[in-house]
Amino acid sequence: MAKNIQSLERAAAMLRLLAGGERRLGLSDIASSLGLAKGTAHGILRTLQLEGFVEQDAASGRYQLGAELLRLGNSYLDVHELRARALVWTDDLARSSGESVHLGVLHQHGVLIVHHVFRPDDSRQVLEVGAMQPLHSTALGKVLSAYDPVAHSEVMEAERRSFTGRTVTEAGAFESMLDLIRAQGWAADAEETWEGVAAVAAPVHDRRRMPVGAVAVTGAVERVAPGGTLRPELIASVRDCARAVSRDLGAGRF
Amino acid sequence: MTDAHTTGTHGSGPFIAAIDQGTTSSRCIVFDKDGRIVSVDQKEHEQIFPKPGWVEHDATEIWENVQEVVAGAIVKAGITSADVKAIGITNQRETTLLWDKNTGEPVHNALVWQDTRTDALCKELGRNVGQDRFRRETGLPLASYFAGPKVRWLLDNVEGLRERAERGDILFGTMDSWVIWNLTGGTDGGVHVTDVTNASRTLLMNLHTMAWDEKILSSIGIPAAVLPEIRSSAEVYGNAKGGILDGVPVASALGDQQAALFGQTCFSEGEAKSTYGTGTFMLMNTGGTPVNSYNGLLTTVGYQIGDQPPVYALEGSIAVTGSLVQWMRDQMGLIKSAAEIETLASSVEDNGGAYFVPAFSGLFAPYWRPDARGVITGLTRYVTKAHIARAVLEATAWQTREISDAMTKDSGVELTALKVDGGMTSNNLLMQTLADFLDAPVVRPMVAETTCLGAAYAAGLAVGFWPDTDALRANWRRAAEWTPRMDADTRAREYKSWLKAVERTMGWIEDEES
Repeated sequence: MAKNIQSLERAAAMLRLLAGGERRLGLSDIASSLGLAKGTAHGILRTLQLEGFVEQDAASGRYQLGAELLRLGNSYLDVHELRARALVWTDDLARSSGESVHLGVLHQHGVLIVHHVFRPDDSRQVLEVGAMQPLHSTALGKVLSAYDPVAHSEVMEAERRSFTGRTVTEAGAFESMLDLIRAQGWAADAEETWEGVAAVAAPVHDRRRMPVGAVAVTGAVERVAPGGTLRPELIASVRDCARAVSRDLGAGRF
Repeated sequence: MTDAHTTGTHGSGPFIAAIDQGTTSSRCIVFDKDGRIVSVDQKEHEQIFPKPGWVEHDATEIWENVQEVVAGAIVKAGITSADVKAIGITNQRETTLLWDKNTGEPVHNALVWQDTRTDALCKELGRNVGQDRFRRETGLPLASYFAGPKVRWLLDNVEGLRERAERGDILFGTMDSWVIWNLTGGTDGGVHVTDVTNASRTLLMNLHTMAWDEKILSSIGIPAAVLPEIRSSAEVYGNAKGGILDGVPVASALGDQQAALFGQTCFSEGEAKSTYGTGTFMLMNTGGTPVNSYNGLLTTVGYQIGDQPPVYALEGSIAVTGSLVQWMRDQMGLIKSAAEIETLASSVEDNGGAYFVPAFSGLFAPYWRPDARGVITGLTRYVTKAHIARAVLEATAWQTREISDAMTKDSGVELTALKVDGGMTSNNLLMQTLADFLDAPVVRPMVAETTCLGAAYAAGLAVGFWPDTDALRANWRRAAEWTPRMDADTRAREYKSWLKAVERTMGWIEDEES
């Protein structure tokens, strides 16, 4: 049986204390209420403060609940907000790459397409917003699996179907592919989902550096990866676009 | 910059700079030959509200901001005036300014199009005929938006102004004229011109002759000496004098909605665009003939390229579209962000029987019923806030349908597809609903900045940067297309319910004069 972690129990007790009764409490009030030495209480409060769960009033030195607690209960990013922020950047990516662009988020063990920009030629294309793509074989899905721990556990537990001869399905090989994606900052799908189709994707982060989605350029393998090599400028453009959307969502430069 | 990177970079030019002097801000965008945005700079100006219903702008502040954003955009693009082949202008329409041609000083703040101080004057000018007194000549009703009555108000209310105007010391212009006059030197030889689209919003230009109408001028009481010369929308009016773009030709002017029509490359009869912002403006190209409207639309000039014949348009506007979503967010608190309206509305399959007609200040085109006020109808205990959110989006789609029906009735041309732009085009459910209600494809272009793009296109045509409108069409790229999915029976039944809801709005305000 796992032993409970005492400092976490004490931190939880402090948050409950600050949430009830008086809104602001001094260090000695908190310490004596919980029967702690001042030094111990201060150490825990300082940690909570660094995480944003507790704030200290500059004038009185008293403690109160932090804004981060409010955000925790209300943390998901509206996908329509994501689309609105991405619109300009994804248009430009489609225009500069000459290929179609998709924006995807994790949804029910797969990738939900929330935004789609047509390939800028005159051909008839169908809007794919609302469509689902597999997590383990598409560039979007692989980026999400590499960066989002929830996606990662889902993709490892699911059956990874082989769509083409190139789909990576074996757990060990798949994990090392994700390691590579995290190291390089982008993922590719070279005919691993559909014959003749290749894609490059990069992660979109929000202001807390949480991976909230991924953006991808998708096209015929002959254009996206001529001679079997991905066009380097395409990778750069996708990453630029993902960074621009992340910046618009408030993520710092990285 | 002509290195191996063909992706994500722009060629080495040349470029076109477009200035958008808008209602809340001035912007400058630099475009490359493919119509892609190279750089943007923008600055807001003050909205001045001296009294309820009065809205003014400080024209001096606006001209300073225009110079600033032009310099900003050129610097951001990392180019010089030598790389810029022409400057195009687009502007908030109808906003009216009078200034002294000897000093360059405005004689009063500009009266903004939303300003309603000329309401009573417009009624008086209608005499026994009413608001359609000048409609045959101008295509417009006598309403406070338009520039002519605003000029008369200034002449009547600024002391000594009428005498100075009659002596020839005063110039009138909409914001295109003000920007062009200043760009081309101001008191040092600035050209005093306006384009046909802006002139068509003054109530002073005859649509059939493209000249100032002397009878109307004397009816409203405006001396011809103050008027700018009416020119086409795409020709070189003069060269910039001084400033960062010294020597560059100033080569286009278009009112903002007409510029969006041009930027959307609606060059053929029957092509239409709709811009979804706070309100919505839909314009349809009607070719070489000004089509009279019997269904509450405006007849206006779409554009004129050089010495080619002018192209006309029908215009319908919806007062409350994006602002209804804002109202749901700020006043009702049903959503936390504008984008969330789609999340909430998507959580249900339909409107649950609820209809929302946002006639907040009466019904506009095609009804023109100032006695109407907003309603939410069809309420039962089944209806949730998600159904109301859906009804909010449907209201924008049905109002577009009503304008489109009016355009078809007036012009005899069926809408084959609707080109859309503006902020609300990021709302996928709205765009799909629009296609369903119109029973026509809805198409979004790749460059969202169609207004600036239109001004850039017109300027580029004037200096030969682009050879013809076919080349501009080739630049147009479809970013998304929504096709109708609703069956005809459902559409007909829903439309009938919407029209019933519209009826419920009428007659709410009792006539205060009786």
